[in-house]
Amino acid sequence: MPSPSAPNLDTELAEAVLVRFLRDELHRTGLRHLVLGLSGGIDSAVAAMLAVRAVGAEHLHAVAIPSAQSSPESLADARAVADAGGFAVETIAIGDAAAGLLPHLAAPGGADVTPLRRGNVMARLRMIVLYDVSARVAGLVVGMSNKTELLLGYGTLHGDMASALNPLGDLYKGQVRALARRLGVPQQVIEKPPTADLWAGQTDEGEMGFTYDEADAILHRLVDLRRAPADVVADGFPEPLVRRIETMIVRNQFKRRLPLIAKLSTRTIGHEFRYPRDWRT
Amino acid sequence: MKAALAQIFPRLADVPANLALHERSVNQAVAGGAELVVFPELSLTGYGLMESVPDVAIQLDSPTMRDLRQLSRAAAIVVGFVEEAPGARFYNSAAFVDRGEIVHVHRKVHLPTHGLFDEGRHFAAGDRIRAFDTRFGRAGMLICRDFWHLGPAYVLAAQQIDLLLVSSASPGRGATGGDGRFQSTASVDLLGDVYSRSFGVHVLHANRVGCEEGVTFTGASEAFGPAGNRLARARDLDEDLVFVDVDPDARRTARIHMPFQRDERPHLILRELQRALAERTQPGY
Repeated sequence: MPSPSAPNLDTELAEAVLVRFLRDELHRTGLRHLVLGLSGGIDSAVAAMLAVRAVGAEHLHAVAIPSAQSSPESLADARAVADAGGFAVETIAIGDAAAGLLPHLAAPGGADVTPLRRGNVMARLRMIVLYDVSARVAGLVVGMSNKTELLLGYGTLHGDMASALNPLGDLYKGQVRALARRLGVPQQVIEKPPTADLWAGQTDEGEMGFTYDEADAILHRLVDLRRAPADVVADGFPEPLVRRIETMIVRNQFKRRLPLIAKLSTRTIGHEFRYPRDWRT
Repeated sequence: MKAALAQIFPRLADVPANLALHERSVNQAVAGGAELVVFPELSLTGYGLMESVPDVAIQLDSPTMRDLRQLSRAAAIVVGFVEEAPGARFYNSAAFVDRGEIVHVHRKVHLPTHGLFDEGRHFAAGDRIRAFDTRFGRAGMLICRDFWHLGPAYVLAAQQIDLLLVSSASPGRGATGGDGRFQSTASVDLLGDVYSRSFGVHVLHANRVGCEEGVTFTGASEAFGPAGNRLARARDLDEDLVFVDVDPDARRTARIHMPFQRDERPHLILRELQRALAERTQPGY
């Protein structure tokens, strides 16, 4: 297999563009505050470092949202990111909410809620917290799903994928890592294995069965370079892995689009009624 | 003559706000001694209009155009707008307005409709590439993609222009370069250099900045002298107003030195083009 890696990134340009993106797209709405969840992981660290540069610490509302399963290291890492970035972090725990809700979700007399469902519930509870904070402070929620996750569908719809502005959605995981180094994200956050932090010892790569570097390299060829899967295999990547990643891209397309609206009229939202989100701003 | 490139960040689909922005920019440019102010593509409306194209369109006799004509008493302006023509046709247009009169309107000829671009869906394509006379010399206008195709600039050069006025809204694409700029910016640089050198003209190119729908417009508006020499460059990504001295003598010197314009053979080019196009229709081409 060729040495897998994400495509190059001009991190100086990326920082300049993404800081302005957050500032311009926020200010045009008339709002002044950004809200984001700080998990202790690299994606939220990079998003927070960009956000603090865009609006300043006084306009950034970072929230750590631990569940009962979150490791103490995650919270410590979130604090380390906030210290490095010079902004405050608020903690709002969702353990009680999850404990109250989960028993009601189990099928009557049936099996417990599976880890995957439990993980999705946690992600959606965090969304509830963030959108409530955004209403409290009159701000916009910053998302941090990167291009690798978005293409693979490795995220929870209406959970961590919910946001108003996503500065990382066009960056592969390896590019996020490169940007993290430029932005002064603490070393231990850059180096630790990425995890959804749903149970002890869980890692993204362990769960997916391939590395982010492999995924980045294959996605870059399939998506950015428009190479056919067979050509990517010919480059030396294992065929089962290339096929699997291609399937994941296709099967998760629904997560990257709005819900389908059944067309009846001559001017349907999404078909003929098409206006920019930034309409009159 | 001193010109200014107004690298602005227009509000999307908000003509009154943008008209006020034009007035501020012109006042500032005039205070700096400018007699000509070039604005970016769709400077009066913002770029990604989608279905609001008809809502922001103006006719040439509209009150907004009257305000712009009034503004042109302070300095000549190149302004980008959505032009509504009879028959509910909407053009991505640029007007050269001076001393209270619309001197010329260029309707964008090449409407990019691929990738992130969707102009062909919303606009009618212009069908003229005409030079016009101004008090600063003979001029031609191009709008963004018109500038990337080689044909329009060539046709203007064949009409013996002195000034090539370009208005753009160029979205940044490609961030893997390593020189701190989008790859698309490098292409635009190259075109300004080549056209000014090959045609012996001044190139005044205003590009916009700001983010719309997550797309970042690159700025770096620039001016080239007639020997490919860069005379001015605005900032990357941020609003700016840059001034440039446009010296007619520099064109004379450049054309004596490298008489490309004199030595062009447009009839030969036309003949060969016609032959090439005729051959395209033949079987087996």
